[in-house]
Amino acid sequence: MDMKRDYYEDIEIFSSNTVLAWSMAFMIFLFAFPFLVGNYYIYLANVILVHVILAVGLNILVGYTGQISLGHAGFFAIGAYGTALLMTHLPMPFLLAVIIAGLIAAFFGFIIGLPALRLEGPYLAIATLGFGLTIMHIIGTWDVFGGRMGIHAPALEMGIPELGMSLVLNTDMKIYYLILVIAILMVIGGKNLMKTRIGRAFVAIRDDDIAAEVMGVNLTIFKTLSFAVSAFYAGVAGGLFAFVVKFFDPFTFNLILSIVFLVMVVVGGLGSILGAVMGAALITYLQYDLLKNMGELPYLGDLLVSFSRKWFTVIGMDNIGGFLLGLIMVLIVIFEPLGMFGIWIRIKKYWKTWPF
Amino acid sequence: MIGQLIIEGLAIGACYGLFGVAVAIIYKTSEVVNFGQGEMGMISTFIAYHILIQYQFPFWLAFIITMIFAILLGMFIEFFLLRPAKDPTVLGLIIITLGAEMMLMSLVGWKWGAEQKDFAFPLSVRDTHEILPGLKLNEWTMGVFILTALIMVLLYLFFRYSNLGVAMRATQQNQNAAKIMGIKVERVFSFTWAMSSVIGAVAAMFFAARSVLDPTYMMEPFMRAFAAAVLGGLTSIPGVVLGGISLGLIENFFGYAWPHWKPIVAFVVIILVLTLKPSGLFAKHYVKKV
Repeated sequence: MDMKRDYYEDIEIFSSNTVLAWSMAFMIFLFAFPFLVGNYYIYLANVILVHVILAVGLNILVGYTGQISLGHAGFFAIGAYGTALLMTHLPMPFLLAVIIAGLIAAFFGFIIGLPALRLEGPYLAIATLGFGLTIMHIIGTWDVFGGRMGIHAPALEMGIPELGMSLVLNTDMKIYYLILVIAILMVIGGKNLMKTRIGRAFVAIRDDDIAAEVMGVNLTIFKTLSFAVSAFYAGVAGGLFAFVVKFFDPFTFNLILSIVFLVMVVVGGLGSILGAVMGAALITYLQYDLLKNMGELPYLGDLLVSFSRKWFTVIGMDNIGGFLLGLIMVLIVIFEPLGMFGIWIRIKKYWKTWPF
Repeated sequence: MIGQLIIEGLAIGACYGLFGVAVAIIYKTSEVVNFGQGEMGMISTFIAYHILIQYQFPFWLAFIITMIFAILLGMFIEFFLLRPAKDPTVLGLIIITLGAEMMLMSLVGWKWGAEQKDFAFPLSVRDTHEILPGLKLNEWTMGVFILTALIMVLLYLFFRYSNLGVAMRATQQNQNAAKIMGIKVERVFSFTWAMSSVIGAVAAMFFAARSVLDPTYMMEPFMRAFAAAVLGGLTSIPGVVLGGISLGLIENFFGYAWPHWKPIVAFVVIILVLTLKPSGLFAKHYVKKV
């Protein structure tokens, strides 16, 4: 978009002081957020932040490396179950457990990355999809994982009680700050990763894998690395998600969830960290809040109820949200392939040269 | 016992194959993998169900109306969702079909609710005939065998001898060359989607007769059918049916030995096949040239 004149301009995080100032303002807003709103919105913000972490990771894989994954719910599940079980069975502080769970997810990502070396497009989609369903089924069958009944997350213990250091995060607000710090670190980490040699190798693979190989990018290492990094993000997000919802079962991590993750990335904008953040926030808000109780919307709600009564059923009204999400997916691909990030760029360009 | 397992495996495999053919026809012509195929079949089956319950029509009439609906649905999705996308990437196409899947699933949930229903299909799994001593064949199985064979023969004749079939093959090989030769590529796509939608709807009705009818009942069969299609190579129609039959047999025998793990056999099989022979067992692999 903007022309980069030298290398240092390319690798800096904030392209100007204005951006830095706005980022700081936004950061202060984020830290003050729990004091401004009610408990429900803190919970919603937690879910959004968890999805932001995941969307950034998924965007590294889908947007930057150009691989397709319909199995991210599987990595998400590995993170959630891994963290919860590690903390239940071993006296382990949360941060260690979540990192180990993330590494387990990364290992599975590496394994899935191996067939990806030979597959592309739809074949890769179906292979990752099979992986996600397999994970869901294994979790649902083995009793170690609590089976179909699901499991409760243990108390969120940051220290080690045996050594006399105990810090339990027990309210949504405390969990919010934990997730916020991790999310900020991981988003900045993702942004920085894309400015290194590894990130440029990912982009080269996306643009043309054969040309990248000719240029000296080792496809085996970088494709599997991309899967592993992306799975690590998903695993950490899953570990946090376990403590946000506190109770989960295998069906939480179904195919629809994988699709919704993909929607976040596509709606936000492929190949843009900012886009992934915006997409995750928008889609999560739509799914958890706005589209959940369509019948209670002001003005529109009564109309929808009477419309449903006439042509559809009132019981099935929850499905309107799913319908609109599907519609958004289709419309975004048709009219705005760059997603919200594309819209943002257009707005920026317009005002930069205004009034011309 | 073994005979019974084989028969069951062949029958369900043929059904996977049939549904896989629906996926393969679209992929063959336009290189779009239709993730909404399962839900297209599902909504058609719900239409048939609605006609049977609400208007008490005889089954053959409901079937014909459903087929007309399936044709219109296929054309509608192609015309309104896929055609407007200019130069879509593979990911873009996948997103569009996934979006179509979500829309159809939600529509059905909105209209008919999520509870499970019984689909009154004339060929039942419960009416069995003993054809050989110790070997039982139910009407559903016979229906699947006859129908699959019939559709295979019709498709073979269609692709081999009819003008439209040749046009479809030409479109698959090179879209631009086909356009130059005077083939209306858009119309070919439209027809492809209609045809695939019809085959998918028929297969979906068979699946509904075997299990129950609810908005998500086609998800698992779709995955398996897709796995079958990949197993046989997405571009070869006899390959897809053979892939479906092999998958049905593998799944049935594996499920007999380890019933707990039956649902994931299909995915282990596809991941293995894709890793070892990415183009499937029965199709030629074209390596991308630089």
